Amino acid sequence: MLNIHRISKTFNAGTVNEKRALSGLELHLQEGDFVTVIGGNGAGKSTMLNAIAGTWFVDEGSILIDGIDVTRLPEHKRAAYLGRVFQDPMTGTAASMQIEENLALASRRGKRRSLRIGITAKERERYREQLQILELGLENRLTTGVGLLSGGQRQALTLLMATLRKPKLLLLDEHTAALDPKTAAKVLEATDKIVGKDNLTTIMITHNMKDAIVHGNRLVMMHEGHIIYDVSGEEKKKLTVSDLFRKFEEASGSEFANDRMMLA
Amino acid sequence: MNIMALINALPGACAQGLIWGIMAIGVFITYRILDLADLTVDGTMCTGGAVCIMMMLSGHNVWVSLLAAFLAGMLAGLVTGLLHTAFGIPAILAGILSQLGLYSINLRIMDNKANQAVNVDKYDLLVSLRYIKGVPFYKNTLLIAVVIIAVLIALLYWFFGTELGCSIRATGSNPNMSRAQGINTDLTKIIGLMLSNGIVAFASGLYAQYQGFADINAGRGAIVIGLAAVIIGQVVFGRIHGNFAFKLVSVALGGVIYYLVLQVVLWLGLNANDLKLVSATVVAIFLAVPYLKGKHFSKPVKKGGVGNA
Repeated sequence: MLNIHRISKTFNAGTVNEKRALSGLELHLQEGDFVTVIGGNGAGKSTMLNAIAGTWFVDEGSILIDGIDVTRLPEHKRAAYLGRVFQDPMTGTAASMQIEENLALASRRGKRRSLRIGITAKERERYREQLQILELGLENRLTTGVGLLSGGQRQALTLLMATLRKPKLLLLDEHTAALDPKTAAKVLEATDKIVGKDNLTTIMITHNMKDAIVHGNRLVMMHEGHIIYDVSGEEKKKLTVSDLFRKFEEASGSEFANDRMMLA
Repeated sequence: MNIMALINALPGACAQGLIWGIMAIGVFITYRILDLADLTVDGTMCTGGAVCIMMMLSGHNVWVSLLAAFLAGMLAGLVTGLLHTAFGIPAILAGILSQLGLYSINLRIMDNKANQAVNVDKYDLLVSLRYIKGVPFYKNTLLIAVVIIAVLIALLYWFFGTELGCSIRATGSNPNMSRAQGINTDLTKIIGLMLSNGIVAFASGLYAQYQGFADINAGRGAIVIGLAAVIIGQVVFGRIHGNFAFKLVSVALGGVIYYLVLQVVLWLGLNANDLKLVSATVVAIFLAVPYLKGKHFSKPVKKGGVGNA
């Protein structure tokens, strides 16, 4: 479903701030794979998702989604294949628009936007049903401005928007990191439900080692812009958090000194 | 200080306010919906009048002339849009460049003259300062301006409810989210800028007819008057919870209030040359008030207001 072949990206090349964010990254996903991604700060996790989403073009290598070469496709065209949820709850929704308007925008992802009416009565009914999955009571607040929702509600809504039209690939960039633990758990629960329902191919970045082990069928660890550990199936299920620390030290040859990860 | 002089001047001030209200609706599209400060309008507020008057002088019908003005404005918006999106120039600077370039173009349109008059007795004008009193009601400039605004608001209300219109609103609200939802934000910005400048140029065409001439300086400071109308409308009617159409109505009324205030200021004895300073001061005050209110007089959020989960 996803084939990333030896992609590299260097930011600020030729300046003192030069940063090689991705270096020869290789990743191949089967249809229905749910991969969790872990790694220290600056390992290139978010950079990888941005490369897939087309926020900028990679310096070398190629990216294929379901056999379609998207390496040189602009961000808004790639969006036809992708659902995205961001770390910052403010990023994924239009605050000055209503819940139903946000959903209507999302349900037209990958379609030409014409002079037809922006939201039909039939759609509204459908949105009401689908908002029930989130169990946040949003189904009764279709015309509420998104700016009035809490971070957790906005993140759950973004998740629904990302999957309203079934994406070929769902990209979750630490989508629970900015939420309090209780809300984070709720959003993760909704994530499992939605991913499971449509058997979505998913990449989820997380800072929480336990979440990385519990969710999904495959786990990859990144370091210095490429993947240093890749595990799936039964072997992944048996992993413990201390296994992951050991693996990291083995593969990277350095101490896993990241407070956020230690605490998790 | 003859109060009758003021009262006699009010209908004219209303008419001008309504025409500038149309212009302000154009500014609203960029400033509020797209979240761009577009300074092109200082140029297009002259271009529209120039095109309209020159077309009428060469024998074209008033509606054809206004349509041409609208299209000329859209073209100017297209240039600013391309400078901003295709060439990465910041929106404010792109607008300033277009505006400066338009000065020369406007002079060319007007045959290298600083103004071009159109005689109300010889040409069939849609609006004029002579059509305020003593004309049949259907020819009254006030009525015609109100009807034009009503039609314009109805059209915009429909447009911004369409798929395309929604994607323009989304672009102004959150460009990152818009691209993630497959919206070509470069295209939506260009469309918004074209529509905005088209409306401004249309208003300019009306204003030139109203005054009886097109003038090379007609657009000077137009953005400030447009913003004044947008902001006054918001401050005065902002507390009333209304839909999108109501917001546009309040912008148009903001233009009327602005001109009524100017009329009073003139009546109090300031001369016309002081108006620009008055305009700038009024806009600065109206922009500053919401900020200062939020900073120094912020009240705790009402209980049971915004729910948080």
